[in-house]
Amino acid sequence: MAETAEAKEHRELNDLSRAVEALIFVADEPISIKLLAEVLEEDRELIESVVEELVNSYEERNSGLQLRQIAGGWQISTRTECHEDVRKFLKTRPSAKLSLASLETLAVIAYKQPVTVPEILEIRGVQSASAIKTLLEKRLIVTKGHKETVGRPMQYGTSKEFLIHFGLKDLADLPSIEDFEDLVSS
Amino acid sequence: MQPQPEQYSFDFHKETAEIVAESHDELKIKLGEFAGPLDLLLYLIRQEQANIFDIPIAKITDEYLTYIRMMKRLDIAVAADFLVMAAQLIEIKSKMLLPCDPMAAEEEEIEDPRKELIDRLLEYEKFKAAAEMLYERTTIEQAVFARGKIESDDNNAEISATVFDLLSVFEKILARHKDEVKMEIEREEITLADMIRNLKKRIFDAGELSVIEFFSELETKRELVTAFVAVLEIVRTESIRLMQRKTFGDIILKKVQE
Repeated sequence: MAETAEAKEHRELNDLSRAVEALIFVADEPISIKLLAEVLEEDRELIESVVEELVNSYEERNSGLQLRQIAGGWQISTRTECHEDVRKFLKTRPSAKLSLASLETLAVIAYKQPVTVPEILEIRGVQSASAIKTLLEKRLIVTKGHKETVGRPMQYGTSKEFLIHFGLKDLADLPSIEDFEDLVSS
Repeated sequence: MQPQPEQYSFDFHKETAEIVAESHDELKIKLGEFAGPLDLLLYLIRQEQANIFDIPIAKITDEYLTYIRMMKRLDIAVAADFLVMAAQLIEIKSKMLLPCDPMAAEEEEIEDPRKELIDRLLEYEKFKAAAEMLYERTTIEQAVFARGKIESDDNNAEISATVFDLLSVFEKILARHKDEVKMEIEREEITLADMIRNLKKRIFDAGELSVIEFFSELETKRELVTAFVAVLEIVRTESIRLMQRKTFGDIILKKVQE
Protein backbone atom coordinates (compact mmCIF):
# COMPACT_ATOMS: atom_id res chain seq x y z
CA MET A 1 0.00 0.00 0.00
CA ALA A 2 2.67 2.44 1.13
CA GLU A 3 4.75 1.50 -1.82
CA THR A 4 2.06 2.31 -4.36
CA ALA A 5 1.36 5.66 -2.70
CA GLU A 6 5.00 6.48 -2.95
CA ALA A 7 5.09 5.43 -6.57
CA LYS A 8 2.03 7.53 -7.29
CA GLU A 9 3.59 10.57 -5.68
CA HIS A 10 6.73 9.99 -7.64
CA ARG A 11 4.84 9.82 -10.90
CA GLU A 12 3.03 13.03 -10.06
CA LEU A 13 6.32 14.71 -9.38
CA ASN A 14 7.50 13.68 -12.83
CA ASP A 15 4.32 15.07 -14.39
CA LEU A 16 4.71 18.26 -12.44
CA SER A 17 8.31 18.64 -13.57
CA ARG A 18 7.21 18.27 -17.19
CA ALA A 19 4.45 20.85 -16.77
CA VAL A 20 6.79 23.33 -15.07
CA GLU A 21 9.32 22.99 -17.87
CA ALA A 22 6.61 23.45 -20.51
CA LEU A 23 5.28 26.61 -18.85
CA ILE A 24 8.73 28.14 -18.49
CA PHE A 25 9.27 27.39 -22.17
CA VAL A 26 6.09 29.05 -23.44
CA ALA A 27 6.17 32.09 -21.16
CA ASP A 28 7.10 35.25 -23.05
CA GLU A 29 8.83 36.69 -20.03
CA PRO A 30 10.65 35.05 -17.15
CA ILE A 31 7.91 33.31 -15.17
CA SER A 32 7.83 33.54 -11.38
CA ILE A 33 7.54 30.64 -8.94
CA LYS A 34 4.38 32.33 -7.66
CA LEU A 35 2.71 32.27 -11.07
CA LEU A 36 3.81 28.68 -11.72
CA ALA A 37 2.34 27.66 -8.37
CA GLU A 38 -0.93 29.42 -9.16
CA VAL A 39 -1.36 27.90 -12.60
CA LEU A 40 -0.40 24.39 -11.51
CA GLU A 41 -2.23 24.68 -8.18
CA GLU A 42 0.69 23.48 -6.15
CA ASP A 43 2.72 24.73 -3.21
CA ARG A 44 5.42 27.22 -3.95
CA GLU A 45 7.97 25.15 -2.04
CA LEU A 46 7.21 22.14 -4.20
CA ILE A 47 7.50 24.17 -7.42
CA GLU A 48 10.74 25.63 -6.16
CA SER A 49 12.27 22.21 -5.58
CA VAL A 50 11.02 21.00 -8.97
CA VAL A 51 12.63 24.00 -10.68
CA GLU A 52 15.85 23.39 -8.81
CA GLU A 53 15.87 19.80 -9.97
CA LEU A 54 15.22 20.91 -13.55
CA VAL A 55 18.17 23.29 -13.36
CA ASN A 56 20.36 20.40 -12.21
CA SER A 57 19.11 18.10 -14.95
CA TYR A 58 20.03 20.70 -17.59
CA GLU A 59 23.50 20.94 -16.09
CA GLU A 60 23.95 17.20 -15.76
CA ARG A 61 23.22 16.33 -19.35
CA ASN A 62 25.40 19.19 -20.63
CA SER A 63 22.43 20.75 -22.39
CA GLY A 64 22.68 23.53 -24.96
CA LEU A 65 19.93 25.19 -22.99
CA GLN A 66 19.99 26.59 -19.52
CA LEU A 67 17.29 27.33 -17.01
CA ARG A 68 18.15 30.58 -15.31
CA GLN A 69 16.73 33.01 -12.83
CA ILE A 70 16.23 36.46 -14.26
CA ALA A 71 14.05 39.49 -13.47
CA GLY A 72 12.28 37.70 -10.64
CA GLY A 73 11.39 34.64 -12.69
CA TRP A 74 12.74 31.65 -14.59
CA GLN A 75 13.65 31.48 -18.23
CA ILE A 76 14.96 28.91 -20.68
CA SER A 77 17.71 30.21 -22.91
CA THR A 78 20.69 29.02 -24.88
CA ARG A 79 24.07 28.74 -23.24
CA THR A 80 26.68 31.41 -23.89
CA GLU A 81 29.03 28.68 -25.15
CA CYS A 82 26.75 28.11 -28.14
CA HIS A 83 26.51 31.73 -29.22
CA GLU A 84 28.69 31.45 -32.30
CA ASP A 85 26.67 28.62 -33.80
CA VAL A 86 23.40 30.28 -32.88
CA ARG A 87 24.49 33.52 -34.53
CA LYS A 88 25.61 31.66 -37.62
CA PHE A 89 22.18 30.09 -37.89
CA LEU A 90 20.24 33.26 -37.11
CA LYS A 91 22.57 35.29 -39.34
CA THR A 92 22.65 38.08 -36.80
CA ARG A 93 25.45 40.10 -35.36
CA PRO A 94 25.48 41.41 -31.82
CA SER A 95 23.32 44.52 -31.77
CA ALA A 96 25.10 47.76 -31.08
CA LYS A 97 25.36 48.74 -27.48
CA LEU A 98 24.24 51.79 -25.60
CA SER A 99 26.38 54.93 -25.81
CA LEU A 100 28.75 55.85 -23.00
CA ALA A 101 26.42 58.69 -21.96
CA SER A 102 23.40 56.35 -21.90
CA LEU A 103 25.26 53.70 -19.89
CA GLU A 104 26.43 56.24 -17.33
CA THR A 105 22.94 57.68 -17.01
CA LEU A 106 21.52 54.19 -16.64
CA ALA A 107 24.09 53.35 -13.96
CA VAL A 108 23.13 56.45 -11.97
CA ILE A 109 19.43 55.63 -12.31
CA ALA A 110 19.96 51.98 -11.36
CA TYR A 111 21.82 52.82 -8.16
CA LYS A 112 20.03 56.00 -7.12
CA GLN A 113 16.43 55.26 -8.06
CA PRO A 114 14.03 56.92 -7.83
CA VAL A 115 16.12 59.78 -9.15
CA THR A 116 15.38 63.09 -10.88
CA VAL A 117 17.11 64.73 -13.85
CA PRO A 118 18.83 67.41 -11.68
CA GLU A 119 20.17 64.68 -9.39
CA ILE A 120 21.60 62.81 -12.39
CA LEU A 121 23.16 66.07 -13.61
CA GLU A 122 24.77 66.57 -10.21
CA ILE A 123 26.56 63.22 -10.43
CA ARG A 124 27.43 63.16 -14.12
CA GLY A 125 28.17 66.88 -14.46
CA VAL A 126 26.45 66.92 -17.83
CA GLN A 127 22.91 67.13 -19.18
CA SER A 128 21.42 63.70 -19.75
CA ALA A 129 18.23 64.56 -21.65
CA SER A 130 18.98 62.62 -24.83
CA ALA A 131 20.31 59.64 -22.87
CA ILE A 132 17.10 59.56 -20.82
CA LYS A 133 15.04 59.71 -24.00
CA THR A 134 16.97 56.76 -25.47
CA LEU A 135 16.59 54.75 -22.26
CA LEU A 136 12.85 55.46 -22.10
CA GLU A 137 12.42 54.44 -25.73
CA LYS A 138 14.22 51.19 -25.04
CA ARG A 139 12.02 50.71 -21.98
CA LEU A 140 15.08 50.23 -19.80
CA ILE A 141 13.82 52.94 -17.46
CA VAL A 142 10.34 54.04 -16.43
CA THR A 143 8.94 57.13 -14.79
CA LYS A 144 8.29 56.80 -11.08
CA GLY A 145 6.00 59.75 -10.40
CA HIS A 146 6.88 63.29 -9.40
CA LYS A 147 9.15 64.21 -6.54
CA GLU A 148 7.36 66.46 -4.08
CA THR A 149 9.86 69.27 -4.20
CA VAL A 150 10.25 72.58 -6.03
CA GLY A 151 9.16 72.13 -9.63
CA ARG A 152 7.87 68.60 -8.96
CA PRO A 153 10.54 66.98 -11.19
CA MET A 154 9.84 63.56 -12.70
CA GLN A 155 11.61 60.64 -11.06
CA TYR A 156 13.04 57.70 -12.95
CA GLY A 157 13.80 54.11 -12.06
CA THR A 158 14.80 50.96 -13.90
CA SER A 159 12.25 48.60 -15.47
CA LYS A 160 11.82 44.84 -15.60
CA GLU A 161 13.22 45.10 -19.12
CA PHE A 162 16.42 46.45 -17.52
CA LEU A 163 16.77 43.30 -15.41
CA ILE A 164 16.19 41.10 -18.45
CA HIS A 165 18.56 43.09 -20.66
CA PHE A 166 21.41 42.84 -18.17
CA GLY A 167 20.63 39.31 -16.97
CA LEU A 168 19.87 40.26 -13.38
CA LYS A 169 17.70 38.32 -10.93
CA ASP A 170 16.62 41.52 -9.22
CA LEU A 171 18.09 44.89 -8.26
CA ALA A 172 19.90 43.34 -5.30
CA ASP A 173 21.78 41.24 -7.86
CA LEU A 174 23.68 44.38 -8.93
CA PRO A 175 27.10 44.64 -7.33
CA SER A 176 27.08 47.19 -4.51
CA ILE A 177 28.15 50.69 -5.56
CA GLU A 178 30.66 50.67 -2.71
CA ASP A 179 32.46 47.80 -4.41
CA PHE A 180 33.26 50.17 -7.23
CA GLU A 181 34.79 52.54 -4.73
CA ASP A 182 37.30 49.85 -3.77
CA LEU A 183 37.89 49.11 -7.42
CA VAL A 184 38.50 52.77 -8.20
CA SER A 185 40.85 53.48 -5.34
CA SER A 186 42.95 50.37 -5.86
CA MET B 1 17.44 40.21 -26.54
CA GLN B 2 16.41 43.34 -28.40
CA PRO B 3 16.75 42.76 -32.11
CA GLN B 4 16.43 46.43 -33.02
CA PRO B 5 19.68 48.23 -33.76
CA GLU B 6 20.81 50.97 -31.44
CA GLN B 7 21.39 54.49 -32.57
CA TYR B 8 24.68 54.87 -30.84
CA SER B 9 27.48 52.45 -30.62
CA PHE B 10 30.91 52.50 -29.13
CA ASP B 11 33.46 50.22 -27.62
CA PHE B 12 34.34 51.01 -24.06
CA HIS B 13 38.01 50.35 -24.59
CA LYS B 14 38.52 51.39 -28.17
CA GLU B 15 36.33 54.36 -28.82
CA THR B 16 36.43 56.54 -25.77
CA ALA B 17 38.19 59.76 -26.50
CA GLU B 18 41.88 59.94 -26.01
CA ILE B 19 44.42 62.66 -26.17
CA VAL B 20 47.20 61.05 -28.12
CA ALA B 21 50.22 63.24 -27.64
CA GLU B 22 51.12 66.58 -26.24
CA SER B 23 53.72 69.00 -27.54
CA HIS B 24 54.19 72.55 -26.35
CA ASP B 25 50.78 74.01 -25.78
CA GLU B 26 49.14 71.74 -28.26
CA LEU B 27 47.25 68.65 -27.38
CA LYS B 28 46.61 66.14 -30.06
CA ILE B 29 43.40 64.31 -29.58
CA LYS B 30 41.93 61.26 -31.02
CA LEU B 31 38.39 62.32 -31.53
CA GLY B 32 35.85 60.40 -29.62
CA GLU B 33 33.46 60.97 -26.88
CA PHE B 34 34.08 62.22 -23.41
CA ALA B 35 30.89 61.51 -21.54
CA GLY B 36 31.12 64.86 -19.78
CA PRO B 37 33.42 67.39 -18.11
CA LEU B 38 34.11 65.06 -15.17
CA ASP B 39 35.10 62.32 -17.58
CA LEU B 40 37.52 64.69 -19.31
CA LEU B 41 38.94 65.87 -15.99
CA LEU B 42 39.51 62.33 -14.78
CA TYR B 43 41.25 61.57 -18.03
CA LEU B 44 43.57 64.58 -17.68
CA ILE B 45 44.38 63.69 -14.07
CA ARG B 46 45.20 60.11 -15.03
CA GLN B 47 47.30 61.35 -17.93
CA GLU B 48 49.35 63.46 -15.54
CA GLN B 49 49.52 60.48 -13.19
CA ALA B 50 48.43 62.89 -10.52
CA ASN B 51 46.89 61.97 -7.19
CA ILE B 52 43.21 62.62 -7.26
CA PHE B 53 43.37 63.90 -3.66
CA ASP B 54 46.05 66.40 -4.61
CA ILE B 55 45.16 67.63 -8.07
CA PRO B 56 47.74 69.99 -9.62
CA ILE B 57 44.93 72.40 -10.33
CA ALA B 58 46.87 75.00 -12.34
CA LYS B 59 48.21 72.43 -14.78
CA ILE B 60 44.94 70.54 -15.10
CA THR B 61 43.00 73.76 -15.62
CA ASP B 62 45.35 74.80 -18.41
CA GLU B 63 45.03 71.45 -20.12
CA TYR B 64 41.29 71.48 -19.71
CA LEU B 65 41.05 74.92 -21.31
CA THR B 66 43.38 73.87 -24.11
CA TYR B 67 41.11 70.95 -24.84
CA ILE B 68 38.01 73.15 -24.93
CA ARG B 69 39.72 75.68 -27.22
CA MET B 70 40.73 72.91 -29.55
CA MET B 71 37.22 71.58 -29.69
CA LYS B 72 36.09 75.04 -30.67
CA ARG B 73 38.78 75.30 -33.32
CA LEU B 74 37.63 72.00 -34.74
CA ASP B 75 34.13 73.43 -34.80
CA ILE B 76 32.84 70.92 -32.33
CA ALA B 77 30.01 72.37 -30.35
CA VAL B 78 31.19 72.58 -26.77
CA ALA B 79 28.39 71.69 -24.42
CA ALA B 80 27.56 74.33 -21.84
CA ASP B 81 28.39 71.84 -19.07
CA PHE B 82 32.04 71.79 -20.19
CA LEU B 83 32.14 75.58 -19.91
CA VAL B 84 30.57 75.51 -16.45
CA MET B 85 33.34 73.18 -15.33
CA ALA B 86 35.97 75.47 -16.91
CA ALA B 87 34.61 78.36 -14.85
CA GLN B 88 34.69 76.24 -11.69
CA LEU B 89 38.28 75.20 -12.34
CA ILE B 90 39.36 78.81 -12.81
CA GLU B 91 37.59 79.74 -9.59
CA ILE B 92 39.38 77.01 -7.66
CA LYS B 93 42.70 77.97 -9.22
CA SER B 94 42.29 81.62 -8.21
CA LYS B 95 41.20 80.66 -4.68
CA MET B 96 44.36 78.61 -4.30
CA LEU B 97 46.48 81.56 -5.37
CA LEU B 98 45.07 83.74 -2.64
CA PRO B 99 47.18 83.82 0.50
CA CYS B 100 45.51 82.49 3.62
CA ASP B 101 44.01 84.99 5.95
CA PRO B 102 46.59 85.06 8.77
CA MET B 103 43.95 86.24 11.26
CA ALA B 104 41.45 83.48 10.56
CA ALA B 105 43.97 80.71 10.16
CA GLU B 106 44.24 79.67 13.75
CA GLU B 107 40.65 79.28 14.71
CA GLU B 108 38.93 77.98 11.59
CA GLU B 109 40.19 75.12 9.64
CA ILE B 110 40.63 76.25 6.08
CA GLU B 111 38.91 74.01 3.62
CA ASP B 112 40.79 72.98 0.55
CA PRO B 113 39.04 74.74 -2.35
CA ARG B 114 39.46 71.53 -4.33
CA LYS B 115 37.53 69.42 -1.86
CA GLU B 116 34.11 69.69 -3.49
CA LEU B 117 35.56 68.87 -6.89
CA ILE B 118 37.45 65.87 -5.49
CA ASP B 119 34.26 64.54 -3.90
CA ARG B 120 32.38 64.92 -7.15
CA LEU B 121 35.15 63.19 -9.12
CA LEU B 122 35.24 60.26 -6.69
CA GLU B 123 31.45 59.92 -6.80
CA TYR B 124 31.42 60.14 -10.59
CA GLU B 125 34.20 57.60 -10.92
CA LYS B 126 32.11 54.99 -9.10
CA PHE B 127 29.26 55.40 -11.56
CA LYS B 128 31.64 55.32 -14.47
CA ALA B 129 32.86 51.96 -13.19
CA ALA B 130 29.24 50.84 -12.78
CA ALA B 131 28.57 51.88 -16.40
CA GLU B 132 31.49 49.71 -17.48
CA MET B 133 30.04 46.82 -15.50
CA LEU B 134 26.72 47.25 -17.34
CA TYR B 135 28.62 47.33 -20.63
CA GLU B 136 30.30 44.03 -19.82
CA ARG B 137 27.02 42.47 -18.77
CA THR B 138 25.51 43.41 -22.14
CA THR B 139 28.33 41.58 -23.88
CA ILE B 140 27.56 38.44 -21.91
CA GLU B 141 23.81 38.77 -22.39
CA GLN B 142 24.25 39.13 -26.14
CA ALA B 143 25.57 35.58 -26.20
CA VAL B 144 22.36 34.25 -24.64
CA PHE B 145 19.21 33.71 -26.67
CA ALA B 146 15.74 33.15 -25.33
CA ARG B 147 12.86 31.74 -27.29
CA GLY B 148 11.08 34.08 -29.73
CA LYS B 149 7.48 35.11 -29.30
CA ILE B 150 4.85 32.43 -29.53
CA GLU B 151 1.66 33.42 -31.32
CA SER B 152 -1.05 34.21 -28.87
CA ASP B 153 -3.92 36.65 -28.52
CA ASP B 154 -1.75 38.96 -26.54
CA ASN B 155 0.92 39.58 -29.10
CA ASN B 156 -0.88 38.73 -32.28
CA ALA B 157 -2.93 41.31 -34.09
CA GLU B 158 -1.94 44.25 -31.99
CA ILE B 159 0.10 47.01 -33.46
CA SER B 160 1.41 49.45 -30.97
CA ALA B 161 -0.09 52.85 -31.73
CA THR B 162 1.84 56.10 -31.70
CA VAL B 163 0.90 59.58 -30.63
CA PHE B 164 0.36 60.40 -34.30
CA ASP B 165 -2.27 57.68 -34.63
CA LEU B 166 -3.88 59.17 -31.58
CA LEU B 167 -3.85 62.63 -33.15
CA SER B 168 -5.53 61.42 -36.32
CA VAL B 169 -8.30 59.73 -34.34
CA PHE B 170 -8.74 62.90 -32.34
CA GLU B 171 -9.03 64.97 -35.51
CA LYS B 172 -11.75 62.66 -36.81
CA ILE B 173 -13.71 63.10 -33.64
CA LEU B 174 -13.31 66.87 -33.70
CA ALA B 175 -14.47 66.94 -37.31
CA ARG B 176 -17.55 64.96 -36.37
CA HIS B 177 -18.31 67.46 -33.65
CA LYS B 178 -18.05 70.39 -36.04
CA ASP B 179 -21.22 69.36 -37.83
CA GLU B 180 -23.28 69.34 -34.72
CA VAL B 181 -24.56 72.78 -33.85
CA LYS B 182 -24.68 73.16 -30.17
CA MET B 183 -25.40 76.01 -27.84
CA GLU B 184 -22.86 76.30 -25.12
CA ILE B 185 -24.29 78.35 -22.33
CA GLU B 186 -23.51 76.68 -19.10
CA ARG B 187 -19.90 76.08 -18.50
CA GLU B 188 -19.38 72.92 -16.64
CA GLU B 189 -15.69 72.57 -16.71
CA ILE B 190 -13.71 69.58 -15.77
CA THR B 191 -10.12 70.11 -14.77
CA LEU B 192 -7.25 68.17 -16.29
CA ALA B 193 -6.49 66.55 -12.94
CA ASP B 194 -10.09 65.29 -12.65
CA MET B 195 -10.02 64.07 -16.21
CA ILE B 196 -6.79 62.15 -15.59
CA ARG B 197 -8.19 60.64 -12.40
CA ASN B 198 -11.38 59.62 -14.15
CA LEU B 199 -9.53 58.17 -17.13
CA LYS B 200 -7.07 56.29 -14.95
CA LYS B 201 -9.84 54.74 -12.91
CA ARG B 202 -11.67 53.55 -16.00
CA ILE B 203 -8.56 51.99 -17.52
CA PHE B 204 -7.50 50.29 -14.32
CA ASP B 205 -11.02 49.02 -13.62
CA ALA B 206 -11.57 47.54 -17.04
CA GLY B 207 -7.97 46.75 -17.98
CA GLU B 208 -8.40 48.61 -21.23
CA LEU B 209 -10.41 51.44 -22.76
CA SER B 210 -11.20 52.44 -26.32
CA VAL B 211 -10.12 55.99 -27.09
CA ILE B 212 -13.04 56.55 -29.47
CA GLU B 213 -15.49 55.36 -26.84
CA PHE B 214 -13.96 57.65 -24.26
CA PHE B 215 -13.91 60.70 -26.52
CA SER B 216 -17.41 60.19 -27.84
CA GLU B 217 -18.90 60.51 -24.37
CA LEU B 218 -17.67 64.06 -24.19
CA GLU B 219 -19.66 67.05 -25.33
CA THR B 220 -17.70 70.23 -25.76
CA LYS B 221 -14.51 70.90 -27.61
CA ARG B 222 -12.96 72.07 -24.37
CA GLU B 223 -13.69 68.73 -22.75
CA LEU B 224 -12.31 66.89 -25.73
CA VAL B 225 -9.06 68.82 -25.63
CA THR B 226 -8.77 68.21 -21.91
CA ALA B 227 -9.39 64.52 -22.51
CA PHE B 228 -6.77 64.41 -25.22
CA VAL B 229 -4.16 66.02 -22.99
CA ALA B 230 -5.19 63.59 -20.24
CA VAL B 231 -4.55 60.65 -22.56
CA LEU B 232 -1.10 61.96 -23.49
CA GLU B 233 -0.25 62.57 -19.85
CA ILE B 234 -1.45 59.18 -18.67
CA VAL B 235 0.53 57.34 -21.33
CA ARG B 236 3.63 59.27 -20.31
CA THR B 237 3.32 58.82 -16.56
CA GLU B 238 1.47 55.57 -15.95
CA SER B 239 2.14 52.03 -17.03
CA ILE B 240 -0.43 52.27 -19.78
CA ARG B 241 0.19 51.46 -23.42
CA LEU B 242 -1.45 52.65 -26.61
CA MET B 243 -2.28 49.95 -29.09
CA GLN B 244 -4.30 49.24 -32.17
CA ARG B 245 -5.84 45.93 -33.16
CA LYS B 246 -5.46 46.87 -36.80
CA THR B 247 -3.85 49.68 -38.76
CA PHE B 248 -6.00 52.85 -38.76
CA GLY B 249 -8.32 51.14 -36.30
CA ASP B 250 -9.48 52.28 -32.92
CA ILE B 251 -6.83 53.00 -30.34
CA ILE B 252 -6.95 51.10 -27.09
CA LEU B 253 -5.48 52.30 -23.84
CA LYS B 254 -4.23 49.21 -22.12
CA LYS B 255 -2.81 48.59 -18.71
CA VAL B 256 0.67 47.09 -18.90
CA GLN B 257 0.86 43.78 -17.08
CA GLU B 258 3.41 43.96 -14.32
